[in-house]
Amino acid sequence: MNSIANEPIRLLLIDDEEDFVRVLTKRMARRHIEATPAFSGTEALQRMRQGDFDVAMLDLKMEGMDGIEVLKILKKMVPELPIIMLTGHGCQVSAKDAMANGAFDYLSKPYDFEDLLEKIREAHRSGKDAR
Amino acid sequence: MNPKDIARKAYYHPLRRNIILIIIFVSFIPLIVVSSGILFQMHTIYQEKVRMHLETLVKKHKQNIDHFLVERQNNIAFLVDEYTYDHLSKSENLAALLHKLQGTYGRVFSDIGVVRADGEQVSYAGPYLLESAQYNDAEWFQAAFQADTYTSDVFLGLRGFPHFIVTARRFENGQPWILRATVDFLAFNDVVENIQLGQTGFAYIINQTGALQTRTAGRPVLEGRTYQELFRESDRLSEEDILSVIRQDSSGSELIYVAGMLKDNHWALILQQDKRDAYQDLNRTRNIAILVFGLGGIAIITMALVLSRGMITRIASADQEKEIMSQQIIESGHLASLGELAAGIAHEINNPVAIMVEEAGWIEDLLEDEAFRESESLEEFKRALAQIRKQGIRARDITHKLLSFARRSDSRVDQVDVNDLIKEVVSLSAQQAKYNNVEIDTRLLERLSAIRASQTELQQVLFNLINNAIDALDKQGGTIEVKTWQSSHSEVRFHVRDDGPGIPEANLHRIFEPFYTTKPVGKGTGLGLSICYGIINKMGGDIVVSSKVGEGTCFEVRLPVNAPEPSNENAAADKSYKP
Repeated sequence: MNSIANEPIRLLLIDDEEDFVRVLTKRMARRHIEATPAFSGTEALQRMRQGDFDVAMLDLKMEGMDGIEVLKILKKMVPELPIIMLTGHGCQVSAKDAMANGAFDYLSKPYDFEDLLEKIREAHRSGKDAR
Repeated sequence: MNPKDIARKAYYHPLRRNIILIIIFVSFIPLIVVSSGILFQMHTIYQEKVRMHLETLVKKHKQNIDHFLVERQNNIAFLVDEYTYDHLSKSENLAALLHKLQGTYGRVFSDIGVVRADGEQVSYAGPYLLESAQYNDAEWFQAAFQADTYTSDVFLGLRGFPHFIVTARRFENGQPWILRATVDFLAFNDVVENIQLGQTGFAYIINQTGALQTRTAGRPVLEGRTYQELFRESDRLSEEDILSVIRQDSSGSELIYVAGMLKDNHWALILQQDKRDAYQDLNRTRNIAILVFGLGGIAIITMALVLSRGMITRIASADQEKEIMSQQIIESGHLASLGELAAGIAHEINNPVAIMVEEAGWIEDLLEDEAFRESESLEEFKRALAQIRKQGIRARDITHKLLSFARRSDSRVDQVDVNDLIKEVVSLSAQQAKYNNVEIDTRLLERLSAIRASQTELQQVLFNLINNAIDALDKQGGTIEVKTWQSSHSEVRFHVRDDGPGIPEANLHRIFEPFYTTKPVGKGTGLGLSICYGIINKMGGDIVVSSKVGEGTCFEVRLPVNAPEPSNENAAADKSYKP
């Protein structure tokens, strides 16, 4: 069993805002979180098939397949994967919808970075427990 | 009068006029048709009745007069049959007979005499000195000797007094002679003069030349043209027939003449009556009918006026309600589109802001590195980055407020914290207030009971009240106080008070009326406060205004903690917004 301190958290970061994903990936790397970017729902599913992830971060509103759709498929593929929803929309209705579909938690953009880290760690812990 | 009122007048006036015309037309046409039908029928029947009555009267009197004349002739014929010429040619014998006649028939015969063929009256009994009088020049003389019996027209004769004579002819030794008796004019006249009808009806006898045979007390009688017509007609008629004509006299009034022929069509008994008099009852009935018709007409017109006014009032109020409702829908629609806009903006802004904040965070991360630690400006960098983060969070707060406003653009009833709502509306109005130099002072009671109400609608009320207050202060600046308090557990109160110019008392009672506005044309619909009033009323609450010119205005709202369930009036408005 890997300890949290030793093993990096493998994060699948799904958002169509490329600039956002890039800066966040770099910041995560500095915090021992190995973020794999995916810029669309389709790419996310592809990455998921290719690799193993501890936590996923998923934007609710994306071009093409939207967040809820991706969430449903990911949850089918890996039911124990904790998924944190991100929303720029700030719309509680979609966030609640996501929670109902098995999302671990949700955050509204722009968020407090420390809150995000805390949620990722929490999700990681709960994902490990589930496994 | 504002243009809206003019437009409304232009719409309702013709509508009202049409309603009035339709009511009057529909009511009057049958009334006129039925009334005139009845009147015409009545008129015909009554005219017929009057004619029959007059004819019966004439027939009866004609028979009486005929009978009178025949009887006089029989009297005289009896005498010549009964007595010889010799007997009768003695005046004393005649006097005895006259006495007898007068004893039996009254003073019908005024005198009696025997006249020879040469015209001399051989014997005479009576009040005049007519013995040996010569009659061969008299008009009746020739006619009397040509028939067995003869009745003359009325004439003055030797005595200079109107009378007529009855004669009977006999032969004595081949020589004709006659017994002549004078019928007392007054006695005969009474037979006719006693016929009186209504105010103007009277009877008289006229001969073929148009000479009156009885007295008429100076009243105008049949004119020449008419009697000639009458006698011309009489040739074709039998004794029993009665003629009736209506002719205008020289004065222009219409007269009814009913005539019966007497004395072998030599005389005519004429009953004459003014048409107006004869038809007096009919005219009275007609006048009553016209009066009833007139009153009915007035009633119909009054009804048309009252009914049309009532209808127009109802239509106008229904139209107004509809207009308010559609305005409410439009306002809700405005709020809804504002909500959609807010949601769109929030999304568009949140993403870049998130990136900015992340990039700032990344720079902060990098500043942790050895190379930057020694930098002199490190602290300044950190302050600037913290500022970026702080402003990012501020931007997020603003978009979240917008989003929360957008989410609530519906009229679902929910638990509402009035304080929160006030804070939200005040923060959204803050910019406008600042621009107008207005300070909004909130004094909110802590632990205010939550009420059951529609957030959107209450928000709309607050928006309207605060915006009105800002408008009232009119860029000159001032203070708006928004205060919440509770006087009981079942009721929440708040007021919006400004220290603006106030509202004159004359306008104060109209302030909640729809379309009432003091704002310049195009600025206000005059519906804001009436919508507020409607919303608060629907919630079971109350809104009152108090104002003093020069001191300011205060709108106080009282809301029950447990509002009644709302009706579905705003269903359309509810649907118009989908977050």
